[in-house]
Amino acid sequence: MDSYDTSQSHLPDEAATLALAGRFARALSPGLVIHLHGDLGAGKTTFTRGLLAGLGWHGKVKSPTYTLVESYPLAPFTLHHFDLYRFADPEEWEEAGFREYFGQETVCLVEWPDKAQGLLPPADLILALEVAEQGRHYRFTALTEAGKTCLTRHSTQTAADC
Amino acid sequence: MLVLGIESSCDETGVALYDSEHGLVAHHLHTQMAMHAEYGGVVPELASRDHIRRVIPLTEACLAEVGLRLADIDAIAYTQGPGLGGALLVGTSVANALAFGLGIPVIAVHHLEGHLLSPLLATPRPDFPFLALLVSGGHTQLMAVHGVGQYQVLGETLDDAAGEAFDKTAKLLGLDYPGGPTLSRLAESGDPARFTLPRPMLNSADLDMSFSGLKTAVLTLVRQQEAQQHGTLDEQTRKDICRAFQEAIVEVLVKKSLKALKQTGMKRLVVAGGVGANRQLRAALDQAAARRKFEVFYPPLALCTDNGAMIAFAGAMRLKFAEPAAGFSVKPRWDLASLPAV
Repeated sequence: MDSYDTSQSHLPDEAATLALAGRFARALSPGLVIHLHGDLGAGKTTFTRGLLAGLGWHGKVKSPTYTLVESYPLAPFTLHHFDLYRFADPEEWEEAGFREYFGQETVCLVEWPDKAQGLLPPADLILALEVAEQGRHYRFTALTEAGKTCLTRHSTQTAADC
Repeated sequence: MLVLGIESSCDETGVALYDSEHGLVAHHLHTQMAMHAEYGGVVPELASRDHIRRVIPLTEACLAEVGLRLADIDAIAYTQGPGLGGALLVGTSVANALAFGLGIPVIAVHHLEGHLLSPLLATPRPDFPFLALLVSGGHTQLMAVHGVGQYQVLGETLDDAAGEAFDKTAKLLGLDYPGGPTLSRLAESGDPARFTLPRPMLNSADLDMSFSGLKTAVLTLVRQQEAQQHGTLDEQTRKDICRAFQEAIVEVLVKKSLKALKQTGMKRLVVAGGVGANRQLRAALDQAAARRKFEVFYPPLALCTDNGAMIAFAGAMRLKFAEPAAGFSVKPRWDLASLPAV
């Protein structure tokens, strides 16, 4: 089986972002750290909402901008959704005590990871969302073996679905 | 009874003294936004450290202002949650340590209850029951309030809070963060008829709201206008977009509030939270109130944002739950509906 380092395509609308996230949810495994890149309104929280729906979460998915983190206890693992948008100084990451949220039992999604550059646990995977003329472009990049395994699982599942 | 109130759930440190007979005696606030203003309005830091630096001097300032001493305080109310764990821990530890030292009881207060009850600090004060529209950077909820501790959430935002939508849209328009208040100011001289933005869930059967899609709508509009104007938005276009955005938010908030009043049969609407200071929202609600024959109440402007006065006041309302300071904890997540009624 080939291993995938990147995967990219176009998302015409919000429904497509949710559908991609729903499929990607099946490839997740505990311990993964995923950084979400993209400007305001690119769809980072929308992607997270689709991911959670794919994992069977039926409750609300609120933007974590003001709370900095929203946590979702799921059957296979707890998913922590961070948003560091309001950080002025990377040191705030340490002061907030967020390091303990990361571990082999959790999946962590981090929006605006640059705001805690140098202090964040390294990403296994990066998802970059970019506003296009119509809809969005997305690109997954795997940075570790765990990330590659996840992306490979996602890509082969997606191929099998077609 | 003189109650000291301490608020430290997010990035504002608030301390106040409330007397159950004489009302609000003193209140002081340290907002980290002001601290950063001279550096160009940087994002407020959320460091718990800053609360540690502020809370004792603010307490001393409150007491000094009215010539009282620590020994005059009868009870201490503090925000136990919800909020940022580290930030909450500062107010909680200081409140419990002070109370333990003074041998007086403490009262744990829910931050949102503070906001909900803050209009009771104004005159005229609304009677129970009332409908509360709580709109801030972190919350957007419609609640039926039957009494202190009797709250029922009727509807809320499914994604971004209204205040968050203001701040993020301001950022998309190139205004400094948090740009919500700047956006509102620009909107005042904007043309409401030039652009129309979508009103998400305006006509949904329930009382829930959604504001996250507005970001995308603004983004699309900004790009479209930038393309037409060769890269930069002229000042009037920026104002017109601000206006279109504010029109959309205000219409959703007003329409959902009216629907909730109708559903509950209530005749009093109380508006709390930072967005409650928005002039266009207030004007639209006042107009609707005159037309539909209901009363609308706002907290004093100074008490719209996070503050210690609302915590001292909520604490005074909950004096019967006061207990000796012993072991303590914070509740970063805390369901408002779980509070005991008074």
